[in-house]
Amino acid sequence: MAELRFAKAINQALADAMRDDPAVVLFGEDVAAAGGPFGVTRGLLDAFGPQRVLDAPISESAIVGAAVGAALCGLKPVVEIMFMDFVTLAMDQIVNQAAKARFMFGGRGGVPLVLRMPHGGGLNAGPQHSQCLEAWLAHVPGLKVVVPATAADAYGLLRSAIDDPDPVVVVEHKGLYALSETVDETLVRVPIGQGRIARAGRDATIATYGALLREALVAADRLAAEGMSCEVVDLRSVQPWDEALLRESVARTHRLVVAHEAVEAFGVGAEIAARMVEVAFDDLDAPILRVGAPFMPVPFAKSLEMAYRPGADRIVAACRRLME
Amino acid sequence: MNGVDAYPGNSGERSTVSETAWALMRSMIRIRRVEERLARLFADGEVPGFIHLSIGQEAIAAAFGACLTDADTVASTHRGHGHCLAKGVPVSALVAEVMGRDSGACRGRGGSMHVADLARGMLGANGIVGAGAPIALGSALAHKVSGRRAVAVAFFGDGAMAEGAVYETMNLAALWQVPLVMVCERNGWSEFSPSDRAFAGDGAKLAEAFGLPFLALDGDDVLAVHAAVGPLVAACREDRRPRLVSCATHRVAGHFEGDPQRYRDAPERAAAAAADPIMRLAARLCVDEDRDARARFDTIEAEITAEIDAAVEAARLAPDPDFDLARGDVYG
Repeated sequence: MAELRFAKAINQALADAMRDDPAVVLFGEDVAAAGGPFGVTRGLLDAFGPQRVLDAPISESAIVGAAVGAALCGLKPVVEIMFMDFVTLAMDQIVNQAAKARFMFGGRGGVPLVLRMPHGGGLNAGPQHSQCLEAWLAHVPGLKVVVPATAADAYGLLRSAIDDPDPVVVVEHKGLYALSETVDETLVRVPIGQGRIARAGRDATIATYGALLREALVAADRLAAEGMSCEVVDLRSVQPWDEALLRESVARTHRLVVAHEAVEAFGVGAEIAARMVEVAFDDLDAPILRVGAPFMPVPFAKSLEMAYRPGADRIVAACRRLME
Repeated sequence: MNGVDAYPGNSGERSTVSETAWALMRSMIRIRRVEERLARLFADGEVPGFIHLSIGQEAIAAAFGACLTDADTVASTHRGHGHCLAKGVPVSALVAEVMGRDSGACRGRGGSMHVADLARGMLGANGIVGAGAPIALGSALAHKVSGRRAVAVAFFGDGAMAEGAVYETMNLAALWQVPLVMVCERNGWSEFSPSDRAFAGDGAKLAEAFGLPFLALDGDDVLAVHAAVGPLVAACREDRRPRLVSCATHRVAGHFEGDPQRYRDAPERAAAAAADPIMRLAARLCVDEDRDARARFDTIEAEITAEIDAAVEAARLAPDPDFDLARGDVYG
């Protein structure tokens, strides 16, 4: 067992992938000489040289476009978008080019690229540096979207994303980068689309992903003290998401809360709730509830952002409502 | 001096130069006749959706196509039939794709604006103006990182000079120093607006600002474009540095087929039609005066007509694309 920081796990995954496959290249804003705005790519320029680790100027559209072209021509680019909010500037290349290439070209070639992008609040970074926009990307056929919650998954999902023949968006919560956890010495790939039961329980299922997993586990602890046993499912991937696992869980618990930091309306939780109503209606003893951010931009001031961000309190409240 | 002897770069081997000219002629006629046939098929309801024709602009595609190999890559535009054919996409695959057949280059999934043939280095026509430029940049990076002696070519029109992606690409290409040839096909139109109302800049000054070697060419003179592009592509293979080429040309057709073009006046349209690169080359090959040249020209026409007839017939007989197979290609 060893202690591993979330950011270091990503760095390790990048280094291991680059060592295993000379086609893996890295580019983005400040990823080379500066080692990345959050230090995630530190040391990789020295280890792999300027041919494979390239700084790009602040040109999100051309960065992702170049990744599409490079991926069509045999490379496996891993690109960083400095903040997920800036993905807006690259949406044409992601949505119209990368996501559609395989289909649009008759299945005769794909775009094996990885887009890493940090999302989430808690840093008082304000409305343009804090958003959770994963639902936008999960809505586009051709993209895969994963959101690791643990250091081991940050490693394992990124390795799988780099191996994948299609464009994969790896969403990393900024608040997790500095956190350490105990992991096995041997880090392994985590299959895309496979969730895991982070805590077993009988009375209700809390499905979540990313940084909110920690909040869901806190909520489950508190509810356990009240006599309510909650199962916590870490989805790990939101496109595709592990419908079978969630269905099994709901078949046991008969109640479901879907929790995420992203805005609740039209979000990942809405899709999961709708789908579970379709496939597990007879198993449900209560309406499916969502916990997400209110329908407003992410505010800046500490007091405002604290009131905005969903956490254990709201998950606890939702679970209690399920038992009424 | 208006025959092929005047062909720039002619070192005295008249027959070689002449063969090059005839090869370019064949390439241009193929593009022209394919597009004319597509226009008829569109009018007859056999081509769904909408198509953008490059009639009048064939010289640029033909000249570049003649200088590129399968290892070289091209990212094209919504007006991309010519680029595709010149890059080696078979007429049958292109026609079937535009007709939405399973035998199409992309199995009928993309249509006119998305014809691609990755094995031949054709990275796709593109429905988004300017979007091919960064894709070509990335392929140039791949050539460099992989140590291939290949170049990437980004075609875009003057309408794309208003798109940020093109500027980002110029800047990144200059920073990264990759073997990318950016080619602006200046047909004078930005969809339905004259380009002087869409682009306030100056291509030469832009290139200078980014430190890119720049060439301005008469894009309707196929021999001149070919003579300039051959050495340029060869140099790009060697030094792996980016370049910008501006080709002045004319859009004879509307923005899309069926465009009533109320925004164009008769003299301008007549001038565009008169600039015809095929007629210009025919004059230099003395097709009207020289009986052998005329016979050769007619033979090319007949062979290409037969090629297109066969392609259209095959496309008509080809099955509709299979929905489940299409759905299965969203992911690999």
